[in-house]
Amino acid sequence: MELCDLPAYELSLLLRQKQISAEEITRACLERVDQVDGRSGALDSGELTAEDEHKVHAFITVTRERALNQARVVDKRLAAGEDPGLLAGIPFTSKDIFCVRGTPSTAASRILANYTAPYTATPVARMEEAGAVMIGKVNLDEFTYGSSNESSAFQPAPRNPWNPAHVPGGSSGGSVASVAAGEAALSLGTDTAGSIRQPAAFCGVVGVKPTYGRVSRYGLIAFGSSLDCPGPVARNVVDAALMLQVIAGADRRDSTAANKPVPDYLSMLEQPVKGLRVGLSPDYFRIAFPDAASGEYRERPLPTDIEAHVIKAAEVLASLGAEIVEDVPMPNTRYGIPAYFVISRVEAASNLHRYDGVKYGYRTPQPPGDLTQLYRKSRNEGFGLQPKLRILMGMYVSAAQYSAQYYQRALRVRTLMRRDFEQAFDKNGKYRLDVLLTPTTPTTAFKMGAVYGDSVLMQYADQLTVPANHAGIPGISLPGGLDENRMPVGIQLLGPDFSEDMLLRVGRAYELATETEDWRKIKPMVLR
Amino acid sequence: MSDSIDRETFDHLVGLAALELDQQQADYLLRELNNQLKAIRELVAIPLDESVPASLHGVPFAPTESPALREDIWLPHQDPGEIIAQAPNTREGYIVVPDIPHTTLE
Repeated sequence: MELCDLPAYELSLLLRQKQISAEEITRACLERVDQVDGRSGALDSGELTAEDEHKVHAFITVTRERALNQARVVDKRLAAGEDPGLLAGIPFTSKDIFCVRGTPSTAASRILANYTAPYTATPVARMEEAGAVMIGKVNLDEFTYGSSNESSAFQPAPRNPWNPAHVPGGSSGGSVASVAAGEAALSLGTDTAGSIRQPAAFCGVVGVKPTYGRVSRYGLIAFGSSLDCPGPVARNVVDAALMLQVIAGADRRDSTAANKPVPDYLSMLEQPVKGLRVGLSPDYFRIAFPDAASGEYRERPLPTDIEAHVIKAAEVLASLGAEIVEDVPMPNTRYGIPAYFVISRVEAASNLHRYDGVKYGYRTPQPPGDLTQLYRKSRNEGFGLQPKLRILMGMYVSAAQYSAQYYQRALRVRTLMRRDFEQAFDKNGKYRLDVLLTPTTPTTAFKMGAVYGDSVLMQYADQLTVPANHAGIPGISLPGGLDENRMPVGIQLLGPDFSEDMLLRVGRAYELATETEDWRKIKPMVLR
Repeated sequence: MSDSIDRETFDHLVGLAALELDQQQADYLLRELNNQLKAIRELVAIPLDESVPASLHGVPFAPTESPALREDIWLPHQDPGEIIAQAPNTREGYIVVPDIPHTTLE
């Protein structure tokens, strides 16, 4: 096994034993990037070539020299006998929605393509202060608006390392693709409706959406400010716990970052799960979606393959002594997407008004007659279709004459979704769950081009993940096996506020109990 | 409640959003907006007791879990020139824009 394929915790051990250097680890990852990634995403990149269709294309910017310099600093500190930090020498990628001083920070949009961040986002700063080495900035859906990465203005869009004809999911598609392909051990993503967990499920890696406020949003280019959560992507639960340990915690630069102590996730990781109560809800084993022609809602069960993987995971946990609680009602789950269509659009529209071609970012080269024309031309040329769609929808549903029916109502429906979780996790209630076990996604990764353009169908990829964002609670997606086409299936654990330690513990127990299963020995297609 | 957005309302929204669309973009966006409206129609049918409050975000932080507000004090940036340099057009430390249109308010 090559260095770039080793877990972060093993790399950390080898580094401290001086068996390898941080520079060797970094070079191994950069070589893997050269082998599998192909050309990086860029504006106006021309037609796809046959070779493009077999590459991962996770990156927008590979920060090669910066990474090697960081690695050399770690090696010097180790040689001097200093403690270089919990993540010393561990390579990571950062979704290009985080500002990192001195690097292009594009949000995968033309309107920020020429923007070089003058400051660094808190989660990235904490990774680097802990000694982690940033390999580069990775691609995403434009401003995170999508579930496939196809909406990025920087093409070629990322592809799924398990089969490059399929999407990696989104919006943190570059993050999960880079980790699944061994281009980095860790990645920093964001999750607004499932944007860490859905692509993690599609690419067979671990993705954590922390509790809202557990990780600072300072320096994150905002989408839905009441929903956005930065979080870890890793190839196993231990690495995810290591990373969360570093990035979690209060931040005076973010007034929504919770002023609450961060537990020692690692020390609790391998405690037994015997006696824990694990719930299953029928409301997570069916999807409700609007008929394209009539708009009427229809329900259908999940594919049997996906349901079978979740049931098997429940059986694994039961064999470890966990108590499985069936038929937990979560009746408001189905409202997650309709409410999200309203709330996220209002917040997105508000956040996107700052891009005007004046202070930073793209300005039209056409000679504008006046300032109003400058705004309109710059925004029209700078934004892709998905940001425009969100601006228009956000303005419509928050307009004075419609706000009561749409926005105000969606905020109240959000309360109902929160109550579902409060009842399920109530320590004195009927169900008293420690965690809820669900599928992460209604399907495995779909083919490139199969859904893109249909903004409604694309949004329904997040149906099983978005309730956690509305409620603010944490969730984790774990690899749960492969489907009949050898594409990864994700299983999801949800818990009450600030229960990341419990989610990681149950996830680790599942991981250990299944570590010798045959499907875990199969590598992504690009590495075979 | 309106079931769909007509072209006149759409054009008004485009103006408010400070956008300028070609016909192909406008056709796609109007169609998708109306498809999304169909998807959110279900919200109207949900029985909501008057006592159900709005949640602005999911986690009800206790006061002890919310960080104290910073003091409102002015701090100089280490290099304001670095910020100004991000602007597409500058002159002598100022950001240059074309004429600002003046309209008379009624």
